[in-house]
Amino acid sequence: MEYPVDTLLLSRIQFGANISFHILFPTITIALGWVLLFFKLRYNATRESKWMDAYMFWVKIFALSFAMGVVSGITMSFQFGTNWPGFMETVGNVAGPLLAYEVMTAFFLEAVFLGIMLFGASRVKPWVHTLATFLVAFGTTMSTFWIIVLNSWMHTPQGFELRDGVVFATNWWEIVFNPSMPYRLVHMLLASGLTVAFLIAGVSALRLLWGDRAESAKSTLRFGIIVAAGLIPLQILAGDFHGLNTLEHQPAKVAAMEGNWETGPNIPLVLFAIPDEEARENKYEIGVPNGASIILKHKPSGVVPGLNDFVAEDGTKLHPRVAPVFFSFRIMVATGMAMLVLSWTGLFLLRRYGAGEMPRLPLYAFAAMSLSGWLATLAGWYTTEIGRQPWLVQGVLATKDAVSDVSAGMVLSTLIGYLVIYAALIFAYIGVILYLARKAARGEALPSRGYKHSGEAEVAVMQPGE
Amino acid sequence: MDLFSDPAIWLPWTFAALMGLSILMYVILDGFDLGVGLLVPLAEDEDKDLLVASIGPFWDANETWLVLAIGLLLVAFPTAHGIILSALYLPVFVMLVGLILRGVSFEFRAKAPASQKPRWNVAFFVGSLMASMSQGFMLGMYVMGLTWTLPHVAFALLTAVFLTVGYSFIGAAWLIAKTSGELQKRAVGWAKRGIWGLILGIAAISMATPYVSARIYEKWFSMPEMLYLSPLPLLSAAMVLYLLWQIKRLPQDNDRSAWGPFMAAMALFVLAFGGMAYSFYPYVVPEQITIYEAASAPESLLIILIGTLFVLPAILGYTILSYSIFRGKATELRYD
Repeated sequence: MEYPVDTLLLSRIQFGANISFHILFPTITIALGWVLLFFKLRYNATRESKWMDAYMFWVKIFALSFAMGVVSGITMSFQFGTNWPGFMETVGNVAGPLLAYEVMTAFFLEAVFLGIMLFGASRVKPWVHTLATFLVAFGTTMSTFWIIVLNSWMHTPQGFELRDGVVFATNWWEIVFNPSMPYRLVHMLLASGLTVAFLIAGVSALRLLWGDRAESAKSTLRFGIIVAAGLIPLQILAGDFHGLNTLEHQPAKVAAMEGNWETGPNIPLVLFAIPDEEARENKYEIGVPNGASIILKHKPSGVVPGLNDFVAEDGTKLHPRVAPVFFSFRIMVATGMAMLVLSWTGLFLLRRYGAGEMPRLPLYAFAAMSLSGWLATLAGWYTTEIGRQPWLVQGVLATKDAVSDVSAGMVLSTLIGYLVIYAALIFAYIGVILYLARKAARGEALPSRGYKHSGEAEVAVMQPGE
Repeated sequence: MDLFSDPAIWLPWTFAALMGLSILMYVILDGFDLGVGLLVPLAEDEDKDLLVASIGPFWDANETWLVLAIGLLLVAFPTAHGIILSALYLPVFVMLVGLILRGVSFEFRAKAPASQKPRWNVAFFVGSLMASMSQGFMLGMYVMGLTWTLPHVAFALLTAVFLTVGYSFIGAAWLIAKTSGELQKRAVGWAKRGIWGLILGIAAISMATPYVSARIYEKWFSMPEMLYLSPLPLLSAAMVLYLLWQIKRLPQDNDRSAWGPFMAAMALFVLAFGGMAYSFYPYVVPEQITIYEAASAPESLLIILIGTLFVLPAILGYTILSYSIFRGKATELRYD
């Protein structure tokens, strides 16, 4: 325990890096699993080969994302022990069963049926293959459920009692259905849906820009735009409800998100500022008068909590670091707004021109926004997770009390190792998606073998694109 | 003391058994697919795809047993979890990097441009090697009581090599069953060499464990325990002799006995594991913390146990389903 502070900070950075890398891939697989099921069901219903082509294209990206999610998820499960032994020692009685249920009800289901979904189409009856696709999607969503339950419980813990500093479960119903769980779950599922919708729209737009005339690319562009346009208003609504829930249970987090220092009525909605934690004020503030009060309390005179309420008498801050929460929240909201504008514009253009004749400018915009879901998800994740600090489990376990006593040098060297690998893998991952898209655009992607029911669409796929 | 009257006794015991089961499942199942990964550089280029295809549908579920094992350690014995994983911080890191590299290589090597395939093959091998070596190292450190002294580390390095060779043996045995023709002959050749690692590894652990701990020595080398335990070494010896004899005769006409080496290797792993479990019981951290001291609250364990009783048969069921769907000789994997 030579440098406890450094170990703490480095462990936080390491965990942050690992979970940031990890969350990218479930964010894709959660919704993409259901999208694949949709493509498969469309194919089953219409026998149009474009749906099978879409399935074949996106199942590759699903498989790749899934593998990335699995391997980085295993890392997470070990990190509890290597870096945060205090977490399991204190709240293991609650966290343990939730994680165990995730492994048992979700992991095995996904892993086993993924093998059948990816490689079993020629070995099982078609309905079994469709069922395997469903079970993988279902398993992925189950997995999300358990993880969100645990994460939400860490934000809004209930249904337990403390004995000698250790958490004992008293009411599993209350633990699972803790106050922030429904909001968080809906917010995450919608985030995944949006991420996938923009990824599909963006990659399809790229294919069209590269001269791909395949029916499947047009259909998936249309699919992505419609889903995105449908989900984004729901997400804004869900985000608002989630914010109100956070206000009730974690007011310090909301104060940091709003960049509000003093509790009071008529609090402005700060659009931009540089929060200064030492001076305890905002620099260069641009705000909408009464905005925060109206959003959070639905009236201008609504009293909104301020950060200065969360400072102990000895000066210890009981609120998170303001700037990261403040800025990541704004990045999330701004990305969401861009999603709203682009998807609704896209919807309009879709009605006007159709997917095949879409002008190039919006296609470029969709291509550029391919990974906007990642940006918004990460920003949202930082908002909520940094916003929980200094607590690991709100009011129960402080982050600093959970950290392991391994040396700072050890944490630093492994951190560098992880970062190098993650950077290389992200690079390779995006590279492969682009490669697959380019290959498809050049017409080199083989038409789905074994599904030759509709001859003419087949020809369309085979045409060289450029 | 009645073992099953007090939940504070039988619950930790049950969870130790469940954890043992999932570690064993992991070692056998991921053992053979890690082994196949280790053998990839030895295979001809045109055979590499087939090697990977033979484990493609299974590796992910195989690896999940590790997550279950670590999950059970974490839920059932939280204090032990922290102690063990903090002590093994570095090898755990190496293993995780290995598992990451190898897991993503499955997908990347099949989807990246053809020119990059050799690179992902290397990543696949290196990842398998890192994972196997670090697991062997951790096993050695665990046997030595999780203390970092020079002789202990030296021993752990030895077990790292042995486990790696042992994994490549069971990988080769898997390939004997899943391939045919020239490749199968080569796999027999790999198995012939790999078996010595397996034998030396089991021997080293068997001799070192009682040497390190007087308690374990007592458990094995006193009457009448020695008598009861004698089937373990005797059966192991029989399996080894069978393997040595069988591998010489393979491949046979009509592919007879092709599964023999794999089955015998599984039996050897089970026997070795049984011996270890007997040695270390009731400790979860060797000579420091027993499973009864480290166990979580009975009410939490009960919650998991109830679910396990329903879920575990389902898991076993669809695992068997998957192996039966992909039974027979490995063929090129296609997404259709």
